[in-house]
Amino acid sequence: MTFDQIMQVALSGLLMGLIYALVAAGLSLIFGLMDVVNFAHGELMMVAMYAAFTLWQVSGLDPMIMLPLVALLMFGLGMAVYRLLIARALAVRFNKGMVQIFVTFGLAIFIRGAAQMVFGGEFRAVTGTVLADRSWHLGGIFLPLPQLAAGFVCLLAFGALFLIGRTEFGRALEATREDRDAVALIGIDRDRIFSLGWGLGAATLGVAGVMLAGFYYVSPNVGANFALIAYVTVALGGFGSLMGALVAGLLIGEVEAVTAQLLEPSLKQVGMFAIYLAVLMFRPRGLFGKI
Amino acid sequence: MQNAITLRRRRELITAAILLVLLIVLPLPFHDPYTRNLMILTLLYAALAQSWNILGGTCGQISLGHSLYFGVGAYVSTLLFVWHGVPPWFGMLAAAAVAGLLALLVGWPCFRLSGHYYAIATVVVQEIAYLLFLNWDYIGGASGVYVPFHGQSWMNLQFRTAKLPYFYVMLGFFALTWIAAWLIEGSRWGFSWRAVKDDVIAARSLGVRVFPSKMAAAAISGGLTGVGGAIFAQFVGYIDPDSILSGPLSILIALPAVLGGVGTLWGPLLGAVVLIPLRELSSTFLGSSGSGVDLMLYGALIMVVALMRPQGLVSLFQRGRNGSAS
Repeated sequence: MTFDQIMQVALSGLLMGLIYALVAAGLSLIFGLMDVVNFAHGELMMVAMYAAFTLWQVSGLDPMIMLPLVALLMFGLGMAVYRLLIARALAVRFNKGMVQIFVTFGLAIFIRGAAQMVFGGEFRAVTGTVLADRSWHLGGIFLPLPQLAAGFVCLLAFGALFLIGRTEFGRALEATREDRDAVALIGIDRDRIFSLGWGLGAATLGVAGVMLAGFYYVSPNVGANFALIAYVTVALGGFGSLMGALVAGLLIGEVEAVTAQLLEPSLKQVGMFAIYLAVLMFRPRGLFGKI
Repeated sequence: MQNAITLRRRRELITAAILLVLLIVLPLPFHDPYTRNLMILTLLYAALAQSWNILGGTCGQISLGHSLYFGVGAYVSTLLFVWHGVPPWFGMLAAAAVAGLLALLVGWPCFRLSGHYYAIATVVVQEIAYLLFLNWDYIGGASGVYVPFHGQSWMNLQFRTAKLPYFYVMLGFFALTWIAAWLIEGSRWGFSWRAVKDDVIAARSLGVRVFPSKMAAAAISGGLTGVGGAIFAQFVGYIDPDSILSGPLSILIALPAVLGGVGTLWGPLLGAVVLIPLRELSSTFLGSSGSGVDLMLYGALIMVVALMRPQGLVSLFQRGRNGSAS
């Protein structure tokens, strides 16, 4: 294997890892805030991808221009999901954990059905954008521009998430995460924070979904695979840790790229799953998880 | 107090006996294969959910990867039948043994994790197995294994067109899982496992051995699920990783118990009776056009039941008897 080939694998893994990390960040944010694992996470991302696709089809504009709009729509959708379903699931008195798992799971199936109804089952793709089919050659290394742009935007989104953590709202998020009952005493409306948290989690999916739509086919089942990787990423990085999601996402992207080289491509996920299990044996709380 | 418990348990047994008689005659008036098929599937998922419930409900360890045991059970029994002509009845025993051992093997590392970490680890283990089976050409890989027809016989559990024998085999399987759950509920194990579910630290302080409790629950739960896989393989005559070792199947194994009532004796059956016909009928009558309406209906049902009846549908029948089954 030449140096160029090694760099090629490493950079491809890095770019995919950034997307995995951002998808995981939204999941981790929601979990950290209220101990709810959103099993409809992949489906929400699928909605963002379809939103990007539809806006592109209707307006003809590059999905990347639509990114703020999609992120805003997803923010609203996330808040709606919280208000309509999650708030009710949190108020349940029996089998809380079970109800949360299966409510979000029911939502996932519902969204998949709705996508099937509106768009049909076939694969769709955004084509003819400014970046499409172009790539950047660096010596023997070949980097498709849509992936490069996606990685860059994901990195920016991570920066934004870290900055949000420093604002008044971010501190309220952190306080609610630390003790969700005590915050009421200092005048923080917990319900509002939860709903904004869901909005923010879904908006990060909006960013990831739009960028992914630039080079990945959209179908009603596209979410399932990304969601599974997101769960693994979040558990590996530690639930609720933004830094954990970033590091674990990059690690998983790299492991996937390397496994795809060493084993058959159809087995590329075995590597990341094995790493995840191995790490969890030594650190059951994940790399950056709080005990 | 002891007396009240004994009385309740005796009443449960009598209810079960009456129900068994009713279920034995139930398929007789229905002659069309579709209805009988529906009944068989309902019993299958009721039994699988009952097996899942032993680990997920009684012991509180939410496994979202139970199709692993179902799939491995199906492969063990089918390959023994195809390669060596071993009758599926022995195949079932082998399936139970292998699936039970596998559950111990999975549990040994995974029970160090708790809550969501455990649930996700079970998904991952099952996904790894799915990918490996998909690429393992020696046992059929992605193209799966056909069960050859060796002539109509009870010994081989193969029948040309008759559905009724499978119905009774499934009924027997469901009865087996119910009796296992009933026995566990009243035994020392049942008390320990429920203690582990409610509060691990309190259970440990009372001398409950937490890790062995989880392992025992996992082995019994996994073993019974493996038996289901073995029967299912003979019933459908064809297995591949997508149909018997997939993520959605894992959820479908757990769902009837969750909808019916987690940790209850009758929840899995009740949940399956509601869920499986609805799912099958909606996919037959609404899903054939690929419109997705069936999925929307299925998803909405899960959301509504989980939110409206968090203690499960079984609570509809339990007014006045509080906490009798938890």
